[in-house]
Amino acid sequence: MSSEPNHVVEFPGGYTRSVGPVIGRFLTELRDGRLVGVRTADGRVLVPPTEYDPETGEAVTGEFVEVGPAGTVTSWSWVPRPRPAHPLDRPFAWALIRPDGADTALLHALDLGEFEEGADPPRYLKAGLRVRPKWRAERTGGIGDIACFRPEVTMINAPTRLEYRLRGGRALDRFLAGIAEGRILGHRCPVCGQVIVPMKGLCPRDGVPTSEEVEVADTGTVTTFAVNNLPDPRAPDVPFVSAYVLLDGADLTMLALVAGIPADQVRIGMRVKAVWRPREEWGPTLDNIKWFEPLDEPDVLFERIKDYV
Amino acid sequence: MGEPCAVIGVGQTAYRTRRRDVSIAGLVREAAARALEDAGLTWKDIDAVVIGKAPDLFEGVVMPEAYLADALGARGKPVMRVHTAGSVGGSTAIVAASLIQAGVHDRVLTVAWEKQSESNATWALTVSGPFSTSLVVGAGGYFAPHIRAYMRRSGAPAHIGTLVAVKDRLNALKNPYAHLKIPGISREMVESTPMLWEPIRYLETCPSSDGACAMVLAGERAARRAPHPPAWVHGTAMRSEPIFFAGRDAVNPRAGRDCAADVYRQAGITDPRREIDVAEVYVPFSWYEPMWLENLGFCGEGEGWKLTESGATALDGDIPWNASGGVLSSNPIGASGMIRFAEAALQVRGMAGEHQVDGARRALGHAYGGGAQFFSMWIVGSDKP
Repeated sequence: MSSEPNHVVEFPGGYTRSVGPVIGRFLTELRDGRLVGVRTADGRVLVPPTEYDPETGEAVTGEFVEVGPAGTVTSWSWVPRPRPAHPLDRPFAWALIRPDGADTALLHALDLGEFEEGADPPRYLKAGLRVRPKWRAERTGGIGDIACFRPEVTMINAPTRLEYRLRGGRALDRFLAGIAEGRILGHRCPVCGQVIVPMKGLCPRDGVPTSEEVEVADTGTVTTFAVNNLPDPRAPDVPFVSAYVLLDGADLTMLALVAGIPADQVRIGMRVKAVWRPREEWGPTLDNIKWFEPLDEPDVLFERIKDYV
Repeated sequence: MGEPCAVIGVGQTAYRTRRRDVSIAGLVREAAARALEDAGLTWKDIDAVVIGKAPDLFEGVVMPEAYLADALGARGKPVMRVHTAGSVGGSTAIVAASLIQAGVHDRVLTVAWEKQSESNATWALTVSGPFSTSLVVGAGGYFAPHIRAYMRRSGAPAHIGTLVAVKDRLNALKNPYAHLKIPGISREMVESTPMLWEPIRYLETCPSSDGACAMVLAGERAARRAPHPPAWVHGTAMRSEPIFFAGRDAVNPRAGRDCAADVYRQAGITDPRREIDVAEVYVPFSWYEPMWLENLGFCGEGEGWKLTESGATALDGDIPWNASGGVLSSNPIGASGMIRFAEAALQVRGMAGEHQVDGARRALGHAYGGGAQFFSMWIVGSDKP
């Protein structure tokens, strides 16, 4: 759109302008880091001030009133692609800002932070947004003494990070050592006789230590499941099925992915088998089991698994 | 049970998606100041403060009791924090009540809160360690299979969850603090929303809310001087169970049944459906109404869905459940349990406004948390026990 000009007219040194007593006072106060307006005969405060009330043509009073510096956006226009002459080199808004205590708004640039060129305006940019000026350190008595306006601070960021050194403990380490060899291990409780997989080294129900190791099969029965329609990095596709699987030989279900079958065909009572990742990828982690897939076996009657849900 | 204890003040914030207008301290103060106003008290009248919220990973505020002590006027006073996952709002009230019942304090302020807009509940509930692979996506992903198991076990028809989703949102229209207000809510509207975690639809889940709830609890002498009618505590109970053990019934957890039996025994209740006038029960997914109807002994096993279907739990039914709109309409997680307890108290004080159940004299407040492992319940009544 813009191309290099082939002719330039520029007044040497720039024109001079007498600012008069009213605008002069405004600019002088700006240089001192203050925003002032002037009061009109009917009591309104004009910012920026003029020597006359633009509504009536009457002369303003001699009373200058300090306003702001905070103010409220009354209207705005988004600039997704700033030009070289613009006060900011990233997307910003031209905004009409009514300083607190003023009855009129002044026009200035509103900086809303980092945006990619061409970005849409943020949703929080709307009439009513509270803003404050960013003053330049070196001021000369011009509207540019305010570099731009910025929103008031409404939110801070609190980065949080916890670092751990975790150990699995004896029971879990042993379970994962089994998994690393493609075996699923559990413990049989000496009191209730139930097989707990993965073992914890104790029976939560009877409150006794367990140590009798039992290997269970990598086949089992789906006792119940959810069809998840929300995407998750750990699941292959959406929808994905997370199911409780009662492994053959275990008395406790484990939560696992079920795949290799359309989600709407998964059933309570369906027989499944673990799909292991390639052996060279195995480690001491349940990730060795990619998911469970259907077995070509008849479903188990609900009556036989209803006590495991 | 020790000394008599009564609720003499209740304060709630409006529950909203985002309360960007207040800090966490400002949010809890808003609820606490309203509870104090209801009780006709000021900060200096309070002997101790008990606060509760969901796990620290939600907003990343660790030891909120230390951070909020001075915001809650607790300088120089005992302050403690209670931590029992989603049931925490209820447990917090129970711990506060125990300080009165033990005769330690006369007036205790209790507050629970959550600012879900400044946290991510799904992330906080799904973080896994190096030794486990979590396949559960948020609370809905956890509860969906158990709901499916309930449906299979009870033979409940598929529309029961929809009925609860509509009923609680209709009630919410009468509650000025409720978050979700859906005029014209209907079965068709609920059934047209997508399955998030089948069998749970979008409108069968609770919202994510910012908000706080507070109560002032008092001993008998202080309760007699309160400007508004007190709600007397007739019984309190808490129970927990591990999330995985062989023989666990995740649909109808033993901890919930035992907790209900304990609180009914204290209150002298043998037939909850007949003897309780109104119940505020933690139902974050619509199907948990029929499930908890059974767990709480309002009917026999497998019968809960029939009670829901008959309209018994509606505002004009014989046993209204969640007249306030419940967790399905407002869910600042840590506060949700306390809101149940506080709404139960408002009902028996006759101060529930448009969602008041006429003549309510005895009410159940209920909360649960974790993988339906942590339960807290209280019975409050208009008569001193």
